[in-house]
Amino acid sequence: MKVLVPVKRVVDYNVKVRVKSDGTGVELANVKMSMNPFDEIAVEEALRLKEAGKATEVVVVSIGPAQASETIRTALAMGADRGILVKAEGNVEPLAVAKILKAVVDAEQPGLVILGKQAIDDDSNQTGQMLAALLGWSQATFASKLEVEGSDFKVTREVDGGLQTIKLKGPAIVTTDLRLNEPRYASLPNIMKAKKKPIDDKSVADYGVDVTPRLEVLKTAEPAGRKAGVKVKDVAELVNKLKTEAGVL
Amino acid sequence: MTTLLIAEHDHETLKDSTNKALTAASQLGGDVHVLVAGGGQGTKAAAEAAAKLAGVTKVLVAEGPAYEHDLAEPLAALIVALAPNYDAFVAPATSRFKNVMPRVAALLDVMQVSEIIKVVAPDTYERPIYAGNAIQTVKSKDAKKVITVRTSTFAAAGEGGSAAIENAASAADPGLSSFVGEEVAKSDRPELTSAKIIVSGGRAMQSRENFAKYIEPLADKLGAGVGASRAAVDAGYAPNDWQVGQTGKVVAPELYVAVGISGAIQHLAGMKDSKVIVAINKDEDAPIFQVADYGLVADLYQAVPELTEALGKLGK
Ligand SMILES: Cc1cc2nc3c(=O)[nH]c(=O)nc-3n(C[C@H](O)[C@H](O)[C@H](O)COP(=O)(O)OP(=O)(O)OC[C@H]3O[C@@H](n4cnc5c(N)ncnc54)[C@H](O)[C@@H]3O)c2cc1C
Ligand SMILES: Cc1cc2nc3c(=O)[nH]c(=O)nc-3n(C[C@H](O)[C@H](O)[C@H](O)COP(=O)(O)OP(=O)(O)OC[C@H]3O[C@@H](n4cnc5c(N)ncnc54)[C@H](O)[C@@H]3O)c2cc1C
Repeated sequence: MKVLVPVKRVVDYNVKVRVKSDGTGVELANVKMSMNPFDEIAVEEALRLKEAGKATEVVVVSIGPAQASETIRTALAMGADRGILVKAEGNVEPLAVAKILKAVVDAEQPGLVILGKQAIDDDSNQTGQMLAALLGWSQATFASKLEVEGSDFKVTREVDGGLQTIKLKGPAIVTTDLRLNEPRYASLPNIMKAKKKPIDDKSVADYGVDVTPRLEVLKTAEPAGRKAGVKVKDVAELVNKLKTEAGVL
Repeated sequence: MTTLLIAEHDHETLKDSTNKALTAASQLGGDVHVLVAGGGQGTKAAAEAAAKLAGVTKVLVAEGPAYEHDLAEPLAALIVALAPNYDAFVAPATSRFKNVMPRVAALLDVMQVSEIIKVVAPDTYERPIYAGNAIQTVKSKDAKKVITVRTSTFAAAGEGGSAAIENAASAADPGLSSFVGEEVAKSDRPELTSAKIIVSGGRAMQSRENFAKYIEPLADKLGAGVGASRAAVDAGYAPNDWQVGQTGKVVAPELYVAVGISGAIQHLAGMKDSKVIVAINKDEDAPIFQVADYGLVADLYQAVPELTEALGKLGK
């Protein structure tokens, strides 16, 4: 079974982004970019399947600017076999990403696609579900445990009330949650080795997908701020303030 | 214009997240119909509750085993089958609809607008990005709108309606997935997303036992729901459904008490719209104090039992 893992290049989770003063977006010049943390978890899970003899090949794909090849290299250094970069400039919405991924799936024929549950920049939480819909495949979002059963899968999902376990007919789409695994760091020898692994260069035009945005971003603004309040000296003062000043007790 | 609101319920009672999403659905301006899809007898009761909500003009019920366990594929197929009659599809951004609605959107070839916090116009909405550090105003150019609603920012719609209840046209179950089991903790405490007060513990709690010994008694004194940071959940001190944050639950209670939580961006994204925030942390420079209305620099193992006791004296 081949496993396909879409990886996205996003602003590093440690960066607190700033909104541009003219309201056209957020300041992305010179900020640190990394692989979306949920995608690291997806790559790790695919690698574990391969190491357990359940997957034969791990292919990573990223849709984005030329620099997204760095994100693919990171996945290759973790242990993925090869990469596909679909070059796209500007804003590619989840629906368009899902359509491109569908074309990649049609060409690659994986038995399983593992995506992140959400990208931490746009926080859409859509792409995996959309890809499942376009392919007519089963889906399990927010996975905290994944087992392969022949060509089918058993997945435990993190849901609002606790955990749910479902069975999926393969081929299937799984999106990762935080507790699925702890991703490995790439070792130096593996980083060197990754430089020789192949990355296929593609463009959106190769797949004939219309990526015209459906959503028009009218403006991007700073959220209403919250000011630091006061420090209280002890529990008695805290209770007193909550009661008389805040009125929440 | 007619909007279909998809109801959140537990196959018995309607959830308050439905009332909140209804407020957003009504702001789109058209008629609002509600779809209640579920398994078993309780679905009817949930539908009757939906029919009483102010502003709802029709309730559609779909009852059957395919809808019993919140599987994405059959519910998406049902909504798509109903789609020709509707211009917009709205659901609360609960785990159930985060799972289902993008599937619906792709089947209808439209872009979903995720977790809106404001309706600016029938086709224009505000939504947070980058863990709430920026608010985007987006206009949807799609003919049909698919929208999930961040319920913490909308008031709950009340009762006052008397809508007709009809059976929904059925849709075939694609039969791609099946239910195996679930682990759902039963608790008498209020649910996180509707609790008026929340007490959350972080990595500093050190164990599940300490959560039970320090956090839960304080929560019970306050009639509060219990939350946790990701660090506490990852370490196994708290179950996954307690996680508050960018990638957990987003809450906005009247009072949020953060105990032994540093205040990472990802945690703040889930609670910074709370009305009053209290932080108890032994590090006076912890970032949580930058958003706290009342900060107490103290060792939680002393301060929390003291606070629980002081509330007891207040008759809590
Ligand atoms: C150069 C560039 C500029 C952008 N500018 C803007 C902007 O100004 N405003 C704005 O709102 N958005 C912008 N985006 C984000 C973009 O519009 C989409 O929102 C994004 O690609 C998909 O949404 P999401 O990441 O929130 O999807 P989610 O559904 O949250 O992503 C879930 C998962 O889908 C997969 N995935 C998603 N996107 C990709 C991808 N590109 N390649 C491979 N796998 C992927 C990953 O596995 C990911 O974990 C930009 C993106 C790029 C590359
Ligand atoms: C992709 C991604 C998604 C994430 N999503 C979330 C999310 O949804 N929610 C979330 O919470 N986090 C999330 N995080 C994690 C986040 O970045 C932080 O790591 C996490 O919130 C830290 O948890 P904490 O505050 O409990 O632990 P720490 O940062 O370790 O803080 C512990 C605090 O306890 C204090 N302390 C220690 N002992 C005591 C004592 N005896 N008395 C009083 N105070 C004490 C310390 O001073 C410290 O401030 C995410 C991270 C990533 C990468």
